[in-house]
Amino acid sequence: MITGPVLILGAKSDIAMAIAHRFAKEGYAIQLAARNAQALEAERADLALRYDVDVTLHDFDALATDSHAAFVDGLDPLPQIAACAVGYMGEQGQNEQETEAAVTVMRSNYEGPASILGILANKMEARGSGTLIGISSVAGDRGRATNYIYGSAKAGFTAFLSGLRNRLAKKGVHVVTVLPGFVATKMTQGMDLPAKLTADPSEVGQAVFQATTRGRDVIYVRKIWFVIMMIIRNIPEKIFKKVKI
Amino acid sequence: MKISGWGRYPVADAHVYAPRNLDELIARVAAGQAIARGNGRAYGDSAISETNTIPMRHFNRICSFDNQTGQVVAEAGVLLGDIIKAFLPRGWFPYVTPGTKFVTLGGMVAADVHGKNHHKDGSFRTCVDWIDLIDASGQVKRCARDENTDLFEWTLGGMGLTGVIVRVALRLRPVETGWIRQQTHVAENLDQAIDLFESTLDATYSVAWIDCLQRGDGLGRSLVMLGEHAQKTNLDRSVRHSPLVVLEKSKKTVPFDFPGWSLNRWSVQAFNALYFWNGKRKPRDTLVDWDSYFYPLDAILGWNKIYGRKGFAQFQCVIPLEQSRAGLRALLDAISKAGSGSFLSVLKRFGAQDSPFSFPTEGYTLALDFPVTKETLTLMQHLDEITLAHGGRFYLAKDSRMSRETLAQSDPRLPAFVANRQASRADPTFQSVQSVRLGL
Repeated sequence: MITGPVLILGAKSDIAMAIAHRFAKEGYAIQLAARNAQALEAERADLALRYDVDVTLHDFDALATDSHAAFVDGLDPLPQIAACAVGYMGEQGQNEQETEAAVTVMRSNYEGPASILGILANKMEARGSGTLIGISSVAGDRGRATNYIYGSAKAGFTAFLSGLRNRLAKKGVHVVTVLPGFVATKMTQGMDLPAKLTADPSEVGQAVFQATTRGRDVIYVRKIWFVIMMIIRNIPEKIFKKVKI
Repeated sequence: MKISGWGRYPVADAHVYAPRNLDELIARVAAGQAIARGNGRAYGDSAISETNTIPMRHFNRICSFDNQTGQVVAEAGVLLGDIIKAFLPRGWFPYVTPGTKFVTLGGMVAADVHGKNHHKDGSFRTCVDWIDLIDASGQVKRCARDENTDLFEWTLGGMGLTGVIVRVALRLRPVETGWIRQQTHVAENLDQAIDLFESTLDATYSVAWIDCLQRGDGLGRSLVMLGEHAQKTNLDRSVRHSPLVVLEKSKKTVPFDFPGWSLNRWSVQAFNALYFWNGKRKPRDTLVDWDSYFYPLDAILGWNKIYGRKGFAQFQCVIPLEQSRAGLRALLDAISKAGSGSFLSVLKRFGAQDSPFSFPTEGYTLALDFPVTKETLTLMQHLDEITLAHGGRFYLAKDSRMSRETLAQSDPRLPAFVANRQASRADPTFQSVQSVRLGL
């Protein structure tokens, strides 16, 4: 049953667009939100033409948290479903050496997303319905030397989503945590990723859509990641701190 | 990385980078020896450059649609199937379509593809209003019949060797339904098949399947299939209320490489079943949905694996009308005598067409699949010779093994194409493994 638009936060990412396509295909109106949203005009026209749905563009800056309340007030109507695909990995080496860079990664992956979803949560709670989708990361399941700045912020976001879900479970608002694993996107372009572990953005779109309609709470896009992360989480710290992983 | 065309032969080790925006794309073109690659459905090495293959998958947005004229503007990486999905529900269907919907618009322009309606509507160029092309200078140029006319004409059928197609404006055809009224006629031999084609030139769609195992009196035994877009009133009550519904069929996937001999045995059995069934009754209309009618093989994802690891090669030529009967007879004779390779082939009447470098010309086109073996490669060389002897020429989108001498003999338009490329510096800016092999 289609009852309202789907808001896509951080719409410039490949995962965000894949989610937008999947919902538009079902006939949902789409609200694309990103910095300098006008740059998404080609994507807006494409979605509208392909699926014959309304698609609107909204300026949104995840790091400008003091603008978030006004941003949500400006959405008409309030979305039925909101997916937050905001994220920024940065470069671990630089994140270690430059506080500024590390803080940007922390704010992009935790502070910004948590701020905007928190505000949307309150509105949805008041309305008594809605779905919030957070694109977190398996990197948040355990801190590793190779990307713990990004991972720690995602860990915070995962915990935030978990708490939000717990709070809103009886208020008609559903919260989905998405842990995509490797995905072939702009962000991972040029990395040497194993094919069996790497999803296409459209798989993420499909997984998010299914999780929303079936009321799932936490999903790994490729099931194998559930197993991998279970193992990684359970390696004793004494050993874990010495492995290169 | 190792890539190949749809026939999985030949395989090349190529540098592949998919640009995400126009600036990146222009930078890739500037690097030279570039060839754009759509969905990899050309059979051979048309869309491979060892040093600079440019996948166009990120240029996949539909830009505009005019519901008065049926004109769609879309980026070159958009799949034909996506155009159908978007616009068939609104009553529009491609004006010209090849036998698969998994081709990109850019690929359709580059090969100037044809469909079962060529005798009536011409090749894909008929419905192309304009294209945007990055030429050798790195500029985006709008090309149409009245703007950069030469570039427009050379690009349709130019196999991506004039530049990178980035945007296409094409006109769709208004349809009442997504169904086709199909009529199947039995032809006992080649002459009957050709007579059938010649007496049904007013049919919108026509194509024949030939059983290549027949010899003597039965040489060219075939099923000639005609088609018309169905009106709403033609439909059964069960589908009449939603005549334009795009069915999402369950797709079958070929999971692994088959041993090389298997496909043809099946296809000939299917042919025989249909042949005898149709022979026993008068031709009458059957209703077929658009997907099964135009794209029967698309229902089997990865059907190219059916030919096994070594891959397969397509042979497609056109023989001019006055030589058609003799040329086709000689070709079929050679194939049935060889006894190995293609068991089933497709025959199609082309209408008149005069274009700088597109494949079609008035006459008959014959298309065959062969698993790649020493014997079939030799046989195809023999088929090349027969085609040349009857004044025919070859479809570059299917080719993976022809020699440059054969091409030069077959096509008097070649020197002009090559000269134009050199004059515009399109050579060496744009090159494919095929263009190097064939001296294009």
